[in-house]
Amino acid sequence: MSPTDYGWLVLLFPLLGTVLIMLGWPRWPGRSAGWVASAAIGLAFASSVGMLLTLNDQPEEGKSLIGTAYEYMGTAGFNADLSILVDPLSIVMCLVVTGVSFLIHLYSVSYMTEDPGYTRFFAYLNFFVFSMLLLVLAANFVLLIVGWAFVGAASYLLISFWYRRATATAAGIKAFVINVVGDIGLVIGAFLLFDKTGALDYPGVFLRAPDVFSTNDPQLVIACVLLLVGAFAKSAQLPLHTWLPDAMEGPTPVSALIHAATMVTAGVYLIARCHPLFELAPTAADIGAIIGCATLIFAASIALVQTDLKRVIAYSTMSQIGYMVMGVSVAAYGAGIFHLMTHAFFKALLFMGAGSVIGAMAGEQSMDKMGGFKKAMPFTYATFLIGALALAGFPLMSGFFSKDEILSYTLNRGGWFVILGVVGYIAALLTAFYAFRMVFRVFHGKAVPEAEELEGGHLHHGEHYNPATGEPEDTDVGFPGPEHAIAERAMPMKAAMGPLAVLAIIAGALGIPGATDTLEHFLEPTFADSKFHDVHPSTGAEWSGLLVGGVIAVIGIGGAFFVFVKNPALRTRALERFPAVHKVLFNKYYFDEAIDAVFVRPAFAAGRFGRTVVESAFVQGVLVGGATGLVRAGTSFARSIQTGELRAYAGLLIMGVGGTLVYFLVVST
Amino acid sequence: MNVEWFVVLSALIFAIGAAGVLTRRSPLVILLCLELMLNAGNLALIAFSRMVGNGDGQVFALIVMVVAACEVVIGLGIIVAMYRRRLKIDVDSISELRG
Repeated sequence: MSPTDYGWLVLLFPLLGTVLIMLGWPRWPGRSAGWVASAAIGLAFASSVGMLLTLNDQPEEGKSLIGTAYEYMGTAGFNADLSILVDPLSIVMCLVVTGVSFLIHLYSVSYMTEDPGYTRFFAYLNFFVFSMLLLVLAANFVLLIVGWAFVGAASYLLISFWYRRATATAAGIKAFVINVVGDIGLVIGAFLLFDKTGALDYPGVFLRAPDVFSTNDPQLVIACVLLLVGAFAKSAQLPLHTWLPDAMEGPTPVSALIHAATMVTAGVYLIARCHPLFELAPTAADIGAIIGCATLIFAASIALVQTDLKRVIAYSTMSQIGYMVMGVSVAAYGAGIFHLMTHAFFKALLFMGAGSVIGAMAGEQSMDKMGGFKKAMPFTYATFLIGALALAGFPLMSGFFSKDEILSYTLNRGGWFVILGVVGYIAALLTAFYAFRMVFRVFHGKAVPEAEELEGGHLHHGEHYNPATGEPEDTDVGFPGPEHAIAERAMPMKAAMGPLAVLAIIAGALGIPGATDTLEHFLEPTFADSKFHDVHPSTGAEWSGLLVGGVIAVIGIGGAFFVFVKNPALRTRALERFPAVHKVLFNKYYFDEAIDAVFVRPAFAAGRFGRTVVESAFVQGVLVGGATGLVRAGTSFARSIQTGELRAYAGLLIMGVGGTLVYFLVVST
Repeated sequence: MNVEWFVVLSALIFAIGAAGVLTRRSPLVILLCLELMLNAGNLALIAFSRMVGNGDGQVFALIVMVVAACEVVIGLGIIVAMYRRRLKIDVDSISELRG
């Protein structure tokens, strides 16, 4: 079988899983739907591996293959077929997506056990994986946009999964609306490209772009910026990021899958995929790098003070994706994709650990109420610690190699890129600090009652109320229901977290500078046409970058240890000393409020104006009222004849016939 | 006999029927009067048919009878329906179709 055949299989299995689970919805006995869904993703992963193996057999110049299933549109010089592109980049994405998804499916089998919406959940989850794979395998912009929109829809469905929770549905709508802003950017961007190149498939666009666009051609820059808008909305970059922290209303496996490992990295993939365009439009690439850099420091600073465990991880996701966006925007494609992969491992792991802790707290997510879970949950502690170490970039962990590779590529570009690199290092310090703030506040310190209860062998059952509003929870819709799952007690959860923990440690081996560089070498066919292909930092520079990164990580972890374990009074003093800073950070730089004031309120005001003035006064009053008034006036005579009395009608009839008769008599004589 | 007599008789019966339709309020009587009008028409048709000397008019008269039978079926059906719903047997009281 050729790699493209495997590519179609990769798409087929999750789709089949979705359809089967949906069709059999009320009939799947017990927990079988979860296993069916997991099997579908497992098969997709196996097919991805098949894709990888068969592509390795291809000759060096034939590593980018297009498989067409159906010629959707075949007009002259233009095609938008149903076709997939199999090249090293899409294979890496498929492997990451299917691999991590498989483990998260496994995790969900336990985590969602008590949820009445269990089967529905897995149908959505499989649909999401299908959409994501469609997005990464698409060979033209049309199919990309289809996958892009499907992914947004799946995200909406899963964020609003507990639909009785008002906050969850609001978060889903918010995510959907912001994603649609991005979709529009992507669609218009693709149209601007098509306008000049006359092609929609990637090879066609990339081949013709240098002929029709000069470097920094305004239309190309606008098109690329619009693509970036799409990427920013999907990947939660400034200023389209506000949906991501709210999306934590969804079930924790959803946060791990969609809002950490896969969907939010779609923007990074898009920039990497369209790198020939961004290299032709360096202005757009610079915008991407600056926004990525701004996001990574901005999100890292917010993560320092948030108290909701999942939101801290969400801001850390934003921050890490900022690194990736910066990486692919400064032409460090291999490094960006490398970080995408390692981040998928350790961030999914962190979310799974958080889910386990939240299970032990019976749905409570505030770190203020957590503490001392180290003894009660040794497995969760170990895996969470590994995830936090990888996130912090502790030496020899996966995040250590991938993050510092991005930073050394950025520094290597020289000029003002050095500022971006330095900001990246500062954010790395903050990252190490907030990562271990989570570890110390959740697992160390005095054990809270829930932790003690768990040590005694009993899982805490809590009163259920919405952490955001404080209202009692409607547990009919399931989790957060009475029964929660923790990794210590559920085999599938352990089976999911174990491999991820191992990967979070060793995945860095794929990109040790000067030694392995496996991933970079594998991705080479995709990025060989890049004009920065031969521009990379020397091995010595990379290693000195790694050294700096390692020292920074250790300092950050030590700082967190000092503040949260050694000297807790310091934290209170800092809070008292800088209340304004804390307030700004705690309120996320007032971004929600600003967007509210700039967009939402004017939109509401315009809507109110439309409803009261345009709709009721003009449309209802003048247009509709005027038209009906005219007709009413015109027909009043005709209506007055219609008395409804039979004999009146008969009389009129006879008078009419008689009149006609008399007329003809008169005329004929 | 002259055809005028028949035409005059027909006109007379028609006028009686029309007057009945216009003045009476009982649907049953109105139906009877309608029959009178139709048969007045028939009489005229047959008289003219004889005058002209071919059968077309008589065929018309037969068709009119068929139509009259249908009309009676519907008319009586309406009357039965009114009776069933305990409405007043009075055409003036049924005037829902006013504009």
